[in-house]
Amino acid sequence: MSETSEIAVAAPVSPGRAKFLRFLVRDAGVLLALVLIMLFFSATAPYFATSGNALKIFVQIAINTVLAAGMTFVILTGGIDLSVGSVLALCTVVGATVMINESLSPAAAITLALLACMATGAVCGFLNGWISTRWKIPSFIVTLGMLNMAAGAARVVSDNSTITGLPQSFVDFGNLIIGGFLPSIFLVAVLVIAAGWFVLRFTVFGRMIFAVGTNDEAVRLSGHNPDFYKVAAFTISGLTAGIAAMVYLLRLNIGSPIAGVGYELNAIAAVIIGGTSLSGGKGSIIGTLVGACILQVLSTGLQLLGVGDNFKPIVIGLVIVLAVILDAYRERLLRRIR
Amino acid sequence: MDAILSLEGVGKTFPGAIALSEVSLSIARGETHIILGENGAGKSTLIKLLAGIYQPDSGLIAFNGQPYRPKTPHDAQQSGIRVVHQELNLLPYLSIAENLMLENLPRRAFGIVDRKALNSRALVLLKEVGLDIDPRIRVEALGVAQMQLVEIAKALSYDSKLLVLDEPTATLTPPEIERLFSIIKRLKAKGVTIIYISHRLHEVFEIGDRVTILRNGRLVATRDLHGLTVPDLVRMMIGRDIADEYGFDASIVLGKVALSVANLKRDVSTPDISFAVRHGEILGVAGLVGSGRTEAMRALFGADPKLDGVVEIDGKPVAIAAPKDAVRHGLSLLTEDRKGQGLLLDMAVDKNITITDLSKISRNGLLNRKTEAAAANDLVGQLRVKASSIEQAVRNLSGGNQQKVVLAKWLFRGTSTLILDEPTRGVDIGARREIYQLLWMLAARQKGIIMVSSDLPELMGMCHRIIVFSKNKIVGEVPRSDFDQERILSLAYQEYVRP
Repeated sequence: MSETSEIAVAAPVSPGRAKFLRFLVRDAGVLLALVLIMLFFSATAPYFATSGNALKIFVQIAINTVLAAGMTFVILTGGIDLSVGSVLALCTVVGATVMINESLSPAAAITLALLACMATGAVCGFLNGWISTRWKIPSFIVTLGMLNMAAGAARVVSDNSTITGLPQSFVDFGNLIIGGFLPSIFLVAVLVIAAGWFVLRFTVFGRMIFAVGTNDEAVRLSGHNPDFYKVAAFTISGLTAGIAAMVYLLRLNIGSPIAGVGYELNAIAAVIIGGTSLSGGKGSIIGTLVGACILQVLSTGLQLLGVGDNFKPIVIGLVIVLAVILDAYRERLLRRIR
Repeated sequence: MDAILSLEGVGKTFPGAIALSEVSLSIARGETHIILGENGAGKSTLIKLLAGIYQPDSGLIAFNGQPYRPKTPHDAQQSGIRVVHQELNLLPYLSIAENLMLENLPRRAFGIVDRKALNSRALVLLKEVGLDIDPRIRVEALGVAQMQLVEIAKALSYDSKLLVLDEPTATLTPPEIERLFSIIKRLKAKGVTIIYISHRLHEVFEIGDRVTILRNGRLVATRDLHGLTVPDLVRMMIGRDIADEYGFDASIVLGKVALSVANLKRDVSTPDISFAVRHGEILGVAGLVGSGRTEAMRALFGADPKLDGVVEIDGKPVAIAAPKDAVRHGLSLLTEDRKGQGLLLDMAVDKNITITDLSKISRNGLLNRKTEAAAANDLVGQLRVKASSIEQAVRNLSGGNQQKVVLAKWLFRGTSTLILDEPTRGVDIGARREIYQLLWMLAARQKGIIMVSSDLPELMGMCHRIIVFSKNKIVGEVPRSDFDQERILSLAYQEYVRP
């Protein structure tokens, strides 16, 4: 008999109200934080509340959002993927190499490049998952290895140089702002999030991701193979790293072996700020999108306020720690409501 | 009466729940006082108040005539009250001696630990609890029973005036319990006051002087144990009579063999085992903790690797390499570690139930939440799971209701043979009875049931037949007509006694 079982005795909150409270505490909390931060900068920072600035933020969060979408799957299963930054670098050079092949028409080159990026990323992710489940090695270590291997492979493929000269139509699409407010690359990010949301919420596969992260042994003894879902989560993370590489190419128009340094940490930060628990089983991909927004809004806002580049990381670091502390409190609150 | 501890109108409220209300009680110096109550009756809260983990909202506690208001467990220990919690709090990677003396390690100059003094003092403490073991051994190498004794030795090392034991026998076998009782009696003779909490009603008569019964956070009665009977205690605990706890159903007709296991060998050092269970039969599996009962069931189910052996279901041999094979062939395993291996604790009741077969609530990989809710509600109703809704997290249910959720998830899948490992451990009397009834309902539906339990009266009450494990071997099979506690126990010990 534990403390929690005694709390459950009375079950004081009606189901309908509990549902609403749960939504408020679990999902709306991060969103509220984002709104408050935006209000703060709107009031204090010149130019923050302008459409130009909003566009800039949309453009800047695209890559991190795509990476963080895949990362959400991995963290939900209780793993971590440190390799996405350098996998992204590898994919940019692979994609760019394919795209500048002059024997192909631009349309064919772009399509092939997209497929090559996604395939490269997925293979890296699959290897992460397969190695860590097959030999029961913590994913922290395996993906740390992959971080180095993919970075090395990116140098080999690109011969240690930056690849330029992407097709003009591709570059134009990257600069496109649909309807004057929706940058094409942000649209890509939103589509990836929407796909992830659908899978996690409405499919058997999504349910299994949460279940494996909650208790993989119970899942195994219930007649499933939890390793399949772990490998799948890593493969998805690799896949989104490949898509993020295409977004990188759209935005910066170069394939670079030194791209993506530190991106994995931003992606993890977005996931955690978004309320997904590092121990797995709990979280939401919409939260991840909001988390990515919070990171970028902070960064942009602080810059507009004139906070120097030296102090900015300190503030952002504090916010990440604060988010995790709030998460612990949120857990306690949720237990009382449930 | 010389009271060492007295409570006056003590109450404790949690958000939305009253855990203890107006409890007044006095414990006499030197007595062994039993506290009984179902899960949620307030026993744990009471203990945590004494241990300094919670503080009361109202009322007064006096210890040795002084007001007693511990703010932390450390304060409680300083005052001379020591609690041995149900969950053991030892550090597995330190030695026994280090665990015993952790808060007061003997030191030499420069703060270096004096190993010699440490180990010799530890040896004295271990002797006190009748544990003949090298204090330099790491705690992780010990069995649960030994850990329990180390905890008690640790409590004694602080010269405690009042020792609180929270369900110390939950994981012990009968002879281990005997030994624990003789230690308790010795402590009592030395003048230590003991508060003893247990679920096992039969055992409290042997050591207790008086008993206090809690129900729904209130004190029902404090009585002399002498002259009371088990049914008396049950009546006070649940507020009504329970006629026959087990309700053996003699009308069930046993069918053909549902599951048979031949020459199952786990690894090179363990002997082959063979057994079978028929449709409609409840087969008991007895043996000491660590006698290979659980391990055999896990190997059969594919949860752990096995070397060799043939498993037949309804006469047909089946290959079981992983739990998914076993589940596909209609086997279900309710593990002894319900929380660690049976449940998705932070997920809702419905999601726990449907996890065994999501294809029933989905089409083309898409979940149908309505079908899921209907199926879950149906089973929750059938099994009378007490939850605020099917969306409640399983973590917040009581032990008995959690066990019902585990049963529900296997019923959802549809099963032909169930293997239950310690199905009523940590489950209170009321829910226990309901679980027995469910098992009889399943037996009546011609399921084969294998029931592993350390509670011998439970096995003798429920089973058609009992097989007995001793040192990884099946040493005997006893039909219901020959059930006899002594005989089954001597079988369980057989392989350990012989040279």
